Amino acid sequence: MPQNEVIDELGLDEYKYGFVDEEQHVFRTQPGLNEEVVRQISKQKEEPEWMLNFRLKALEIYESKPMPKWGGDLSTLQETLDEIYFYVRPQDRMEHSWDDVPENIKDTFEKLGIPEAEQKILAGVGAQYESEMVYHSLKQEWEEKGVIFDSIEDGLKNHPELFRKYFGTVIPTADNKFSAMNSAVWSGGSFVYIPPGVELDTPLQAYFRVNQERMGQFERTLIIAGEGSRAHYIEGCTAPVYSTESFHSGVIEIVVEKNAHFRYTTIQNWSNNMYNLVTQRAMVAQGATMEWLDGNLGSKLTMKYPSCYLMGEGAHGNILSIAYAGDGQHQDTGGKIIHAAPNTTSSIVSKSISKGTGRSSYRGLLQVHDGARNAKSNVECDALLIDETARTDTFPYIEIDEKTAHVGHEATVSKVGDEQLFYLMSRGMSEEEAMAMIVRGFIEPIAKELPLEYAVELNRLIELEMEGSVG
Amino acid sequence: MSDTPFLTIRNLHASVAEEELQILKGVDLELKAGEIHAIMGPNGSGKSTLSKVLAGHPGYEVTEGEVHFQGEDILEMEPDERSQAGIFLAFQYPVEIPGVSIANFLRTALQAHSEEELDLFDFQDLLLEKMELLEMDPAFAERPVNDGFSGGEKKRNEILQMACLQPALALMDETDSGLDIDALQIVANGVNKLKEENPEMTVLLITHYQRLLNYIKPDFVHVMFDGRIVESGGPEVALRLEQEGYRDWKEAEAAG
Repeated sequence: MPQNEVIDELGLDEYKYGFVDEEQHVFRTQPGLNEEVVRQISKQKEEPEWMLNFRLKALEIYESKPMPKWGGDLSTLQETLDEIYFYVRPQDRMEHSWDDVPENIKDTFEKLGIPEAEQKILAGVGAQYESEMVYHSLKQEWEEKGVIFDSIEDGLKNHPELFRKYFGTVIPTADNKFSAMNSAVWSGGSFVYIPPGVELDTPLQAYFRVNQERMGQFERTLIIAGEGSRAHYIEGCTAPVYSTESFHSGVIEIVVEKNAHFRYTTIQNWSNNMYNLVTQRAMVAQGATMEWLDGNLGSKLTMKYPSCYLMGEGAHGNILSIAYAGDGQHQDTGGKIIHAAPNTTSSIVSKSISKGTGRSSYRGLLQVHDGARNAKSNVECDALLIDETARTDTFPYIEIDEKTAHVGHEATVSKVGDEQLFYLMSRGMSEEEAMAMIVRGFIEPIAKELPLEYAVELNRLIELEMEGSVG
Repeated sequence: MSDTPFLTIRNLHASVAEEELQILKGVDLELKAGEIHAIMGPNGSGKSTLSKVLAGHPGYEVTEGEVHFQGEDILEMEPDERSQAGIFLAFQYPVEIPGVSIANFLRTALQAHSEEELDLFDFQDLLLEKMELLEMDPAFAERPVNDGFSGGEKKRNEILQMACLQPALALMDETDSGLDIDALQIVANGVNKLKEENPEMTVLLITHYQRLLNYIKPDFVHVMFDGRIVESGGPEVALRLEQEGYRDWKEAEAAG
């Protein structure tokens, strides 16, 4: 059912609920990426001149940079990039019908027990209406506190000065080939500003944002956590994101100011044809704390290394990451921590599960700059292999230019053992139940950090993944 | 006690899968419901293997013979089916399951034994009751299964599982190994209490030492040597073994 009919059927007042729907024609750029495409995106979004120039410059940088030769296999990526549409207006993207959604995706939704309305949203064929009331009351609370929580487009329109001051400062365009690509064609994502001293008890969930450019292929998110503020932002959800698109390249920039405490949680489960190449980084000021909680499931190849640049004295960075590589999937994930100031501390805990022909790689960079006295860091990466064909690698890069640094690194690889399975089965559990229990236990240190509903969904999802993994 | 044989093992041969190393070479044994049997034997005699084969360990292959449990041929059954049928193996080396609490583990196990949806409050009551019976601190149930446990804690966890699952047949594989005398008494008391609660429960104790039998009194004692039961009798057999060891059989073996 197209979104308009869904809305009509519900009898929702379009104006009252803020559904933006004035243009009915389909708009998308031609396949592939060139200057004309970039100009069209900027024009569609009615952007100021400086942003168009920013995008064009980024395109030049993108074209000048070679395809990375490390990480996952990108040898056939260019063919994909020549075929995809770099911009499809989001309301047009929703114009396919529920009948087009493959049965296996619908089946997974059913098994996860997701209500039908939510299924349609996840499949991109419905508008989000269920969460609206919740969202409105929260929105009121946030507005009273001066919190800005908007789409990135609205951020640029409504808060141009704040936007321009921070945009592209955490992740420069030229950081890597894909940050350059995103800078040229970005569309969708969040703009968040938490004023100094404001503490939010309820997480800001991107999921709540209604009928906006919510989850683009080239999402761009900019978050500023003001001095002494405290907040938690959640992006995505554990249910599979059904998408006909095969490429996702986001850029997430976070500024954590003095003594602020910010957590960014994202759990994403992409369809199996997807390249998922994301750059996410936080600049962490004196006495501030940044926490990344990053979960990666699905996709063909994910390359994603959340980073914390600890710029001020006593800053703290924390990365918790979990990856699940099923058949034919490669999760190349990990984290980056740069200690650039004295008494900074950091911790990385990375857990991966590989099944079938899945492959997971931990890739981590830890740098301690000269003068970052008494920096302390601890890295722990644990890999669990479900069967003989699965594969895991660890690539820890450690660069230390400071004698007083304390750095710990620990890596473990375990295989689901016959003895473990036999133990659980001898207590009456089926082999599948036993597998799922071992995996749940393995990810428990990270799952317990998630909001309850996410943890429950993650566990159910892992159980589904374990189905048919035996016998 | 019923007349149908409870557990019948006939001419059981088993080898280590993939190695063709034969360990059980024709075991014959019969247990009636409610009895306590002990199997003793030197290292490598096959007594632990027997308990694992009965529970369905995938590392062993049965090459000959039969096992009937409550009239049913169990050799084709998977370990979980055997558990659901009422067989419980207390492991000699209980396995660690990091990140999974004992409570969660037991709830899942009990659910697997039940056709109906397990009531959480009933489960909680059962768990607390059994922990009290075994004089265990309720906080123990929140610890991850066997992860970082002492030898004694691991064995007590096995007994707690046994108490909750209430098996018809408890196979206890060297439950006394690695325990000091205090821990041994606690574990033995636990088993005795369960036996008191449920006199129909049949117990097969696998042990290397006589000392366990000071605390759990067997009705029958069997001697296992080189993959066979070579002698059966009452508790006096254990006492004699304590004094004489396995000399007679070793000499016979040496003589060829």
